[in-house]
Amino acid sequence: MIDAADNVTPVIGLEIHVELATATKMFCRCRNHFGDPPNTNVCPVCIGMPGVLPVMNAKAVELALKVGTALNCTVAEFTKWDRKGYYYPDLPKNYQISQYDLPLSLNGWLEAPLAEGAVKKIRIRRAHLEEDAGKNVHDHPAHTGVDLNRAGVPLLEIVTEPDMNAVEEVMSLARAMHRLVRWLGASEANMQMGQMRFEPNINLHIAHGGAIHKTPIVEVKNLNSFRALERTVEYEIHRQYEAWQADPDGFRLEKMGKQNRGYDDAREQTVFQREKEEAHDYRYFPDPDLVGVVVDRPWRERIRAGIGELPLARRGRYMDGYKLTFKEADALTQDAATGDLLDSAVAAGADAKRCVNLLLGRGAAIANERGCSIAQIGITPAALAELAGMLSGGTINATAAAKVFDTVVLESGSPMVIAREQGLLAVRDGGAIEAWVDTAIAANPQAVADVQAGGKQQKKAFGFLMGQVMQLSRGTAEPGEVQRLLRSKLGIPVTD
Amino acid sequence: MSRTIEPDMVRHIAKLSRIELSEEQLATFGRQLADILEYFDKLAELDTTNVEPLAHAVEIHNVLAEDTPRPSLSADAALANAPQRDGDFFMVPKVIGDSL
Amino acid sequence: MNDLSNLSALELRDAIAGGTVSAVRAVDAYLEAIARREPAVGAYNEVLAERAMEQAAAIDRKRQSGRPIGPLGGLPLAIKDNLCTSYGRTTCASKMLANFQAPYTATAVARLEAAGAIVLGKTNMDEFAMGSSTENSGFRPTANPWDASRVPGGSSGGSAAAVSARLCAAALGSDTGGSIRQPAAFCGVVGMKPTYGRVSRFGLVAYGSSLDQIGPVTQNVADCALLLGAIAGGDPADSTCLDRPVGDYLIELEKPIEHLRVGLPREFFSQALDAEIASSIRLAAEVYQSLGATIVDVSLPHSRIDVDGEGKVSSYAVACYYIVAMAEASSNLARYDGVHYGHRTARDVEDIVDLYCKTREEGFGSEVKRRILLGTYALSSGYYDAYYLKALRVRRLIKNDFDAAFGHCDLLLCPVAPTTAFRLGEKTADPLTMYLEDIYTISVNLAGLPGLSLPAGLSKTGLPIGMQLIGPVFSEDRLLRAGRMYEKASGVSGLRPEMTKK
Ligand SMILES: [Zn+2]
Repeated sequence: MIDAADNVTPVIGLEIHVELATATKMFCRCRNHFGDPPNTNVCPVCIGMPGVLPVMNAKAVELALKVGTALNCTVAEFTKWDRKGYYYPDLPKNYQISQYDLPLSLNGWLEAPLAEGAVKKIRIRRAHLEEDAGKNVHDHPAHTGVDLNRAGVPLLEIVTEPDMNAVEEVMSLARAMHRLVRWLGASEANMQMGQMRFEPNINLHIAHGGAIHKTPIVEVKNLNSFRALERTVEYEIHRQYEAWQADPDGFRLEKMGKQNRGYDDAREQTVFQREKEEAHDYRYFPDPDLVGVVVDRPWRERIRAGIGELPLARRGRYMDGYKLTFKEADALTQDAATGDLLDSAVAAGADAKRCVNLLLGRGAAIANERGCSIAQIGITPAALAELAGMLSGGTINATAAAKVFDTVVLESGSPMVIAREQGLLAVRDGGAIEAWVDTAIAANPQAVADVQAGGKQQKKAFGFLMGQVMQLSRGTAEPGEVQRLLRSKLGIPVTD
Repeated sequence: MSRTIEPDMVRHIAKLSRIELSEEQLATFGRQLADILEYFDKLAELDTTNVEPLAHAVEIHNVLAEDTPRPSLSADAALANAPQRDGDFFMVPKVIGDSL
Repeated sequence: MNDLSNLSALELRDAIAGGTVSAVRAVDAYLEAIARREPAVGAYNEVLAERAMEQAAAIDRKRQSGRPIGPLGGLPLAIKDNLCTSYGRTTCASKMLANFQAPYTATAVARLEAAGAIVLGKTNMDEFAMGSSTENSGFRPTANPWDASRVPGGSSGGSAAAVSARLCAAALGSDTGGSIRQPAAFCGVVGMKPTYGRVSRFGLVAYGSSLDQIGPVTQNVADCALLLGAIAGGDPADSTCLDRPVGDYLIELEKPIEHLRVGLPREFFSQALDAEIASSIRLAAEVYQSLGATIVDVSLPHSRIDVDGEGKVSSYAVACYYIVAMAEASSNLARYDGVHYGHRTARDVEDIVDLYCKTREEGFGSEVKRRILLGTYALSSGYYDAYYLKALRVRRLIKNDFDAAFGHCDLLLCPVAPTTAFRLGEKTADPLTMYLEDIYTISVNLAGLPGLSLPAGLSKTGLPIGMQLIGPVFSEDRLLRAGRMYEKASGVSGLRPEMTKK
């Protein structure tokens, strides 16, 4: 455990790799697609054959600019490409095309939401474009197989300043980044597919005996899930603290510098990695095969205009404008499309609160079952608005509306038509309701007796009889009318 | 007044270049590299303060391609020149992890 | 004589188009010339006889059925072996790629074929285009057709020797620091390095990517215009290739340029230059004067050639060029590692690093290794600023010199190389002496300019002397017209070595 007297501040920065959601790779027109048979999305360019040349993907540049702008970065007026040299079999040219001294975006920030409503601004140092490497397949004991389908996929590397001081802040920033890139349509950010990968660098500043002790900075590469990131940061904070306690003079940044550690998925902890025998010397230099990109003002303005409302702004608007709770507003701003669905339904005249109840009720339940977003379950804004309108107008009650919602999602179509076909419209006709009330009274003498006796059981028994009538009506009976008739037939006061 | 390059430096550069050199080659290359570098040092005579580096002879920009897929090679065509393959994978001695 | 060596490419093109010579007969004649003279020259790494004959037959059928056969219809051409072809092998004269079969064809070659040309074979070169004599070929040297004991120049020595010995109608080469122009001069043929970005580099195996250009090697200036017109123009596969309209270089070729101002860069006429070559260039200047041109004295201070008391030659441009070219080469050649294609060591290896090191030790020749090591050094941390970055700044100064010079003249006239063809083995011992072969050609690549090398006569010993015309960017038409003016006035054109006359 960390000794409170030591006043330990974790200092954490993140490098985040995001594969962009383009149709083709960064520098060739092979498909950017996960999960295909090995070496089928490859061509001479991404195999790095002799004599081939890269040509940059316009969409990738556009998406990267979008993310940079949304991260409040200064978008460079001129950005260029550099080669980063290192040898590895998943990097066929043995250099990676990247951006060194003139990255696409610099000096931005992203708000990491903390407790309800509060945020912490995390500074973004830079965001640059590069190409992804292929995959080395290790399922053979004696050798490695190389699949180049991923080689050349556009990759946005986002680097934060070491502004995070707690695991909660790291996780919040990571989730905010995940939400943002998906929101912008810049990436699917599916972590099982490696479309978003984290690389935290972590050390501790320990106030001890009137001085600040800094532990060596540890960098952990290639974390493929939120869980791995969380476990890594938690583990490192404790490991470094213990290592420092054991050797407060030796375990210091000044003495040991930076270190790389790996993450062991099974043990959920970081492990020592043997240092490469030679120091990294990437020999960056401008790629002569590619020309620079000039991002002029009209282009920058077009990008800015295309971004629209960002998640936290929308969440605030929902709380202020639609009078939603924090939880509701937050749930509806996990992705852009769900909020868009809500906004469109409201624009079509529906009551926001009714729409929200539908979306976060059956909508969220179905989305959860299917593992998709609420917007992806397949209800149109028109259908949502129509159903919400039926609720507001009393044409249907909540129970029946849930059934109609399910049918609309499964089969699509107009809620009104479905409700009519399935006999789920609210029944106000006194005759029909009276018949159900009579049946319920006749079938439940004990409950009738409890109601009429008054006392403790009355309320519960009355509720039970209400439920019986609603069940007989398949949820269509107008509840106010049921209550009125039940009370009068059982001879108890009409008003509470 | 010929300069020399330390054998360790040549070894380091050879390692960075991924070229195996025998002790004999190391000595020969060391000598030749020193001669050539001495020749290159002539550039130090020139004052280049305030001179912008020129990396591309013809300075153009914004050459971008549409994000539209074109046919790729089949795995067989991709691997046709591979010195060693394992099914549809390029095959190499055991390495650890991915580089990115 | 079945040999068609008395016809230029343009003449042969017209003969085939007119039906007096069939494409099959043209290919056959060149294959016969190859059978007779190639053993003494060694210009080709691979002759694609069967494919060439099939293509020729297809051209003839096309012509017979009245369909157009293209502006190069039926012309048998040779292609430097660093231009990828989806047929045959593309070796770069390196053991590393001895068996490499590219699944694609270089844009320039594809354009020649689309214009009806037939690829006869792939020509020898210095390994990965690194050299000035073709002695660095990983396979064997090529002989100069004018004197078999001499080099054909390099790195496009095979292409120049093939054109000179009439083993093809014309050829393509590549030029990073003079690799088309210098062998053209040594072999008595015409060679052009176009403006950087005029011809697509797609499919040209990279040496120094910011310097490399593909260009024609031909019997005369008109042939050069013919080939350049076919290969020039934008290419979506090469971001550095400009999408500028390509004129018909032949149309105005015969029209002399009026009020031509010919600049003589004074720095190029130092004591480093062979006296006989110097006087040939001055004679050429007189020819232009006789045609009404003005001769202007211009200065290229950063391309200056210094000779010290001990006779040691040095030049900023040479230092600048080799740093840039080697730095780019060290990165461009990193891909040859025995994993995805090419040579892989058969020795036991400890791990992947060992595999890389052994493969590259075996696959590359000494000069390639030397340049990779130097380029790696120039880019490595601690040396980047002093070498690579410094070279880029000097590169700007060199380009600025040309811009200033072209304020006073329309083109520059200068030597191509300091000497005529030297003897095999004469310069192999010391890499630096070989590097100095390029002192008159490299500045042009650094500045991205077009340069034309054409014969200016023969030396007393009977070896070709070349002259070089340099123009501003995209002035290929001007260079070709000026070259043609000289050819006509001097009568020096279509030089043929003795061996082609037997
Ligand atoms: Zn590809």
